[in-house]
Amino acid sequence: MNSSRCAACKHLRRRCPSDCIFSPYFPANNPRRFAYVHKIYGASNVGKILQDLPVSRRAEAADSLYYEAYCRIKDPVYGCVGLITILHQQIYDAQCQLARIQAEIAALSSQSQSEVQQYRQDENVGPSFLPDQNGVPNSTSYYDISTWFD
Amino acid sequence: MHTGLHFCALFPPEEPQKFANVHKIFGASNVTKLLNELLPHQREDAVNSLAYEAEARVRDPVYGCISAISFLQRQVERLQKELDAANADLIRFACNGIQAAGLQPPPAAPQALASTHMVPTQPRPVGGWGGRFYQTPSFPIIPYSSSMPWNDNYNPHGGGVDGSI
Repeated sequence: MNSSRCAACKHLRRRCPSDCIFSPYFPANNPRRFAYVHKIYGASNVGKILQDLPVSRRAEAADSLYYEAYCRIKDPVYGCVGLITILHQQIYDAQCQLARIQAEIAALSSQSQSEVQQYRQDENVGPSFLPDQNGVPNSTSYYDISTWFD
Repeated sequence: MHTGLHFCALFPPEEPQKFANVHKIFGASNVTKLLNELLPHQREDAVNSLAYEAEARVRDPVYGCISAISFLQRQVERLQKELDAANADLIRFACNGIQAAGLQPPPAAPQALASTHMVPTQPRPVGGWGGRFYQTPSFPIIPYSSSMPWNDNYNPHGGGVDGSI
């Protein structure tokens, strides 16, 4: 018997052959990892999934199976689908929030532009950098507005 | 031992692929055990989510649902950055308006939310400038940005992730 059985073979109480399909992905120092995938998928299903994949993809598959098994154990009703729902909700909320902030910025921006115009009319201030209604600047002398946006 | 578990109600005959996928990926006895641990009113949702996962795994045997989760997490992160930038712009406008009126600018706004590196089990809204956003995480063992092999820190010889919860 292999004296250093993988977590799967220890869990299944069997010898661990040298070509054990589980041993590269379920090491003995992490017994919970195999316990979770075995509880949700069953060892033979996990073995079949891994067997059907090229060797280069099996590690990723073992990780994703573990992740999904963990999600299912934490949330037996929805598993990782619950997570997908939450992420969709987060995206929706963030988009709404972003739209609100952008609307506020647009409102503040237009408010500050009209306040400057009003100020100039009230104080009879000289040339304005603001364009006229046709989008053409009223003067060739431009005020430096870069500080407005610092 | 069944406790009133009726597969025919949960897997209607007009959706044969649903049961086929679930049976292929999880196995009928595992599904029975899982469903038996739930209350009857929870079983339909559980079956539907299992069917979703099973179909995702059949389509993508390597990543299953994780592809979708990764994609959505990246979207959330991107939106967080956009929100941070928009909040910063809003603060600048607000400060400019208050300063123009000769008043003190407001205190620095709280940061927009913490990153979504980990995935939540339950959403918990947090306050702050720019409103509410769900805080992560309570999955201590599989942070998205850390130990999955599609990220840089993956160690294929280390069993992937610590099994502690």
